[in-house]
Amino acid sequence: MYEGIVQDLIDEFSRLPGIGPKSAQRIAFHIVQTENLDVTRLAELLATVRENIKFCRICGNVSEQETCGICRDPRRDSTIICVVEESKDVAAIERTREFRGLYHVLGGAISPIDGIGPDDLSIQPLMQRLADASVTEVILATDPNLEGEATATYLTRLLTTLEIRVSRLASGLPVGGDLEYADEVTLGRAFEGRTTLR
Amino acid sequence: MIVTHLSLRDFRNYAEAELELHGGTNLFIGRNGQGKTNLVESLVFLSTLSSHRVSGDQAMVRAGCEAAIVRTTFTHGDRELLAEVQINRSGTNRAQINRSAIRPRDLPWYVRTVLFAPEDLALVRGEPSGRRRFIDQLSMILAPRFSAVLADYERVLKQRNTLLKSLRGGLSAAQEQTLTIWDEKLISLGTEIIARRAVLVEQIRDPLRRAYAAVVDDDHEPTIDLSLSIDGYDVDADDTADRAANSAVPDSARIEAGFRAAMERRRRAERERGLTLVGPHRDDLLFGLNRLPVKGYASHGESWSFVLALKLATAELLRRDSDLGDPVLILDDVFAELDRQRRRRLAEAVTGFEQVLITAAVREDIPEELRAAPIFIRAGRVVDEDAVDV
Ligand SMILES: Nc1ncnc2c1ncn2[C@@H]1O[C@H](COP(=O)(O)OP(=O)(O)OP(=O)(O)O)[C@@H](O)[C@H]1O
Ligand SMILES: [Mg+2]
Ligand SMILES: [Zn+2]
Repeated sequence: MYEGIVQDLIDEFSRLPGIGPKSAQRIAFHIVQTENLDVTRLAELLATVRENIKFCRICGNVSEQETCGICRDPRRDSTIICVVEESKDVAAIERTREFRGLYHVLGGAISPIDGIGPDDLSIQPLMQRLADASVTEVILATDPNLEGEATATYLTRLLTTLEIRVSRLASGLPVGGDLEYADEVTLGRAFEGRTTLR
Repeated sequence: MIVTHLSLRDFRNYAEAELELHGGTNLFIGRNGQGKTNLVESLVFLSTLSSHRVSGDQAMVRAGCEAAIVRTTFTHGDRELLAEVQINRSGTNRAQINRSAIRPRDLPWYVRTVLFAPEDLALVRGEPSGRRRFIDQLSMILAPRFSAVLADYERVLKQRNTLLKSLRGGLSAAQEQTLTIWDEKLISLGTEIIARRAVLVEQIRDPLRRAYAAVVDDDHEPTIDLSLSIDGYDVDADDTADRAANSAVPDSARIEAGFRAAMERRRRAERERGLTLVGPHRDDLLFGLNRLPVKGYASHGESWSFVLALKLATAELLRRDSDLGDPVLILDDVFAELDRQRRRRLAEAVTGFEQVLITAAVREDIPEELRAAPIFIRAGRVVDEDAVDV
């Protein structure tokens, strides 16, 4: 334990996802000790991000405006929608440069132990987008783990009523993992080799 | 395989220990509480990533320390390998083979042990969970990939139970629909587990019969069968005597159909109790002697003989499976439990294996043929005989 505010800082950092007590301590001391670190800019950035970042009205991706850059881009193929769990999955797929369609961010995956059911995900908005006849294919790119699979199965069943091609990312992704951690090549291949579910 | 060197750091009550071992019998002698079990437990942990004494890993790390390291050199034929596991008090464990990192769960593929311990009696006398753990552990050693199937099954079970519980409170139609998704996952993973267990049970039958005959010199017709909840077996109703034995190896299609039908039969009960009532997590192994269950019928000595035979049969299966040679047999304090005749017979049965590690508090408990050149243990140290005032 350290005195007062240093410990407060460490505690705050260790509340963040993916940061354990050791890393929190390292980051805190880095901030305290590094001479040419622009702490003011970092603090301002954090505050600005919280104020200005919104979620895209159409796809749910993080965005600085009402709608995100991808949804606004007229060159993107609006006949195909890739469904992902989180915004960070959008970023991961964009890095592969394999996909030129639009996205839909669900905001998680079905997981009863986390208290998340279909009603807690952005599924109704997705159905509304699909009601627009211009969409011909939906790619389900939920995480390759049990919850991601369950969500994909749920959506597949829901989509059977529509005249839309539904595909799932090809296997080859590390099973049990997170989409965002798959490397570009693997993820790119998974896109090419996606399998049509119906 | 033969462990030629064992090195411990901050493992249990060992601050530091370096130990040369050899093929054949290695005997460890020391008074109660000195660290004999700890020493052999380190090898068991290296080969199974679990202890037979506690479920958490933390107990392996010496009090006041952050991490324990178990390092061994072992040979098979003229190949030499180096295996290492670091057990961290907080954070995940690390494993190495020949100094390159591997996933800890792949360690059992390289290092194989079969432990005989006083706790084993619980295998025949205790709860079904212990017997399920026994058979699943064996599956994981034979096919490391299987640990992922078991972990997935556990997770689906937890998801499904949570959902069943919350359905009792009444939920939306959408949430109702997700139940069938978990049903299907449970059935497909569960079918794989049941099928795997059935194959193993089938494979262990003959070795078990032979091992029992070797330990007892009499044919008491030892049997092992699966009791399946999908066939109506209910762990909650203690009806050991009139359980239907399931001798035939069922194929996956039959298991899956049975699973689905059983789930349908118990659907209402599952919803009322908010609990998954059918599946491999509610199955049991039924051990028999003389056409009666071992649990609740066999004598103390018979129960012991059965357990020893089961472990010997396991060793036999592993020996057959591996191109790394025999598993290392570890006999922790078992001779003290046996009468003279069975001590001698067990000694005979184990000496056929490449390497055997034996611990005892009293040297006289060990059959004479195994008594050679003991290593003495005192207070977490390997010491000279002179220093021990036994
Ligand atoms: N994590 C740990 N840190 C320090 N000491 C430990 C730890 N775990 C166990 N011990 C100590 O190790 C001792 C037990 O050692 P062990 O079980 O190996 O005894 P043993 O020689 O097998 O005795 P017995 O003949 O009674 O079976 C106990 O004194 C216990 O306090
Ligand atoms: Mg002991
Ligand atoms: Zn958008």
